Amino acid sequence: MVSLFPASFTRTRRPGDILLGIAGGLASAVTLLALGCILWDLVRLGLPHLSWSFLTGEVTENGRSGGIGPILISTLMILGFALAFVIPPALGCAIWLSEMVRQGSGAARIITGSVDLLASVPSIVFGLFGMSFFCQTLGLGFSILSGSLTLACMILPLLVRTTLSALQSLPADLRPTASALGLSGATMIGKILLPAALPGILVGITLGVGRALAETAALIFTSGYATRWPESPSDSGRALSVHIYDLAMNIPNGSGAASASALVLLVLIVLINTTAASLAARWHRRHSAS
Amino acid sequence: MSRSRSDILLRSGLGTLAGLSGSVVLLILFFLVAGAMPALRDGVLPRLFLDEFWQPGSQRDPQYALLPMLAGSILVTVLAILIAAPLGIAGAIFHRFYLPPRFAAWNEHALELLAGVPSVVFGFWGLTVLVPLINRLHPPGQSLLAAGIVLGLMILPTVALTSQAALRAVPGSQLFAAAGLGLGRVATVFHIALPAARPGIVAGVILAVARAVGETMAVVMVCGNIAKYPQSVFDSVRPVTATIALEMGYATSSHKALLFTAALFLVLLSGALVGWLAFRKGKNEAAVN
Repeated sequence: MVSLFPASFTRTRRPGDILLGIAGGLASAVTLLALGCILWDLVRLGLPHLSWSFLTGEVTENGRSGGIGPILISTLMILGFALAFVIPPALGCAIWLSEMVRQGSGAARIITGSVDLLASVPSIVFGLFGMSFFCQTLGLGFSILSGSLTLACMILPLLVRTTLSALQSLPADLRPTASALGLSGATMIGKILLPAALPGILVGITLGVGRALAETAALIFTSGYATRWPESPSDSGRALSVHIYDLAMNIPNGSGAASASALVLLVLIVLINTTAASLAARWHRRHSAS
Repeated sequence: MSRSRSDILLRSGLGTLAGLSGSVVLLILFFLVAGAMPALRDGVLPRLFLDEFWQPGSQRDPQYALLPMLAGSILVTVLAILIAAPLGIAGAIFHRFYLPPRFAAWNEHALELLAGVPSVVFGFWGLTVLVPLINRLHPPGQSLLAAGIVLGLMILPTVALTSQAALRAVPGSQLFAAAGLGLGRVATVFHIALPAARPGIVAGVILAVARAVGETMAVVMVCGNIAKYPQSVFDSVRPVTATIALEMGYATSSHKALLFTAALFLVLLSGALVGWLAFRKGKNEAAVN
């Protein structure tokens, strides 16, 4: 990063200057310390309960003992189906917005506006909506399918926005060049634009997975509480985050297993977000190079 | 562009997907309104503000006082912002004007990592570590204070990161001009950088408010969930989101309709906040052009 910072700032040492530095430094230190404490507490509480058999074992005694094997499988299934449901409409919407309509036209503004509005909906409201629409109206019941459809609605705006900005940041001369070569719209999108924007789209998908994995409120009343091994998408399956909530709130002496589950969730989220960040950095580098 | 049949097919296919994406929010609003309708029909709505207690499940004497829950939401959010905004903004000033670039990058990475910590994990930490601490200070521990602190810590990385971005976007030329005029660091921060970065910082804080009002998990685990007006920060509270989360599993008839009404209210509130932000941004951009 280029330093845009007057050197004279660091040469003068006035009392006010030092005071502001101390205040700001304290604020930064308190922020990092407080949040570092949270992470440390989770590691301290969770690590003793963590083992291979915890990760793969069945849930016994409502989670007080045993492991989280079925929970991890349910979580993976919810994530997988959510991605399968959200990727087609999100990509289609973003491609339509970026390639098919004029920027700022009425239709484009209505669609982007309502997608942005969707982004502002609190997660508990997604839960309430998912319960009444997917579980009850569509008759899917408390199931992995209901949960993943609810999550798909929730991460849709994120995916539309990241795909849209990936498409819009492509070099502008790609499109007239493709047209001049006589490529059809479908070929241009499928063979030129999407492959070029793929790294940016992957960043969006990774971020979406992170959001979905962290989500609890939208899942409690859609994917349900069952702790057995899920056999089909229409089974009820408990997500990892819901498991933590249930152990901490409703199961006496559940906090040991809850800390270990929280630690597992935290590690997964950090891995996913780091992946997203490094993908984004690579995408950025390639773009500034070209 | 050629208009072959496949292109028309593609265009209409993509248009359908875009329409589908755009209609999700309408579907949600429709379901919320439909769900809230019975409350309007039964004339329960005014009782949200007139009744004294919240006992919607009672057969003999159902009461629907929602105001204490609204107060709970507002108080928890205010407390969270009071914690997150000063720390986040002061930290961002330090980050931009004091920290050497190498440490600044580390600081930013750490904050990004912390911004991803799931809310249920914050709630769990609050329940197992913070609540016992507050309980030792003043029972019961599950309180407005606990909820405010947990929520404040949760939104702190967001406030800090958006403030950093806003300060970074202030053109370096302005800072150099200030230095050239003999302004010191403090004067530059308060008279040049902060006024220029204010729209971005305010936007970050408003986004944090929207997130705090809509947050459920981090709050429901530590707030005690008693539907009364709190008399002090050590009293239990019950925000609107917690009420929905705790009761939607078993609510029926008027009670259920009220939960939908509460959800509709949440959507309108956070939609208004985000819409206002977009409007402000549009106006700022128009002013710049």
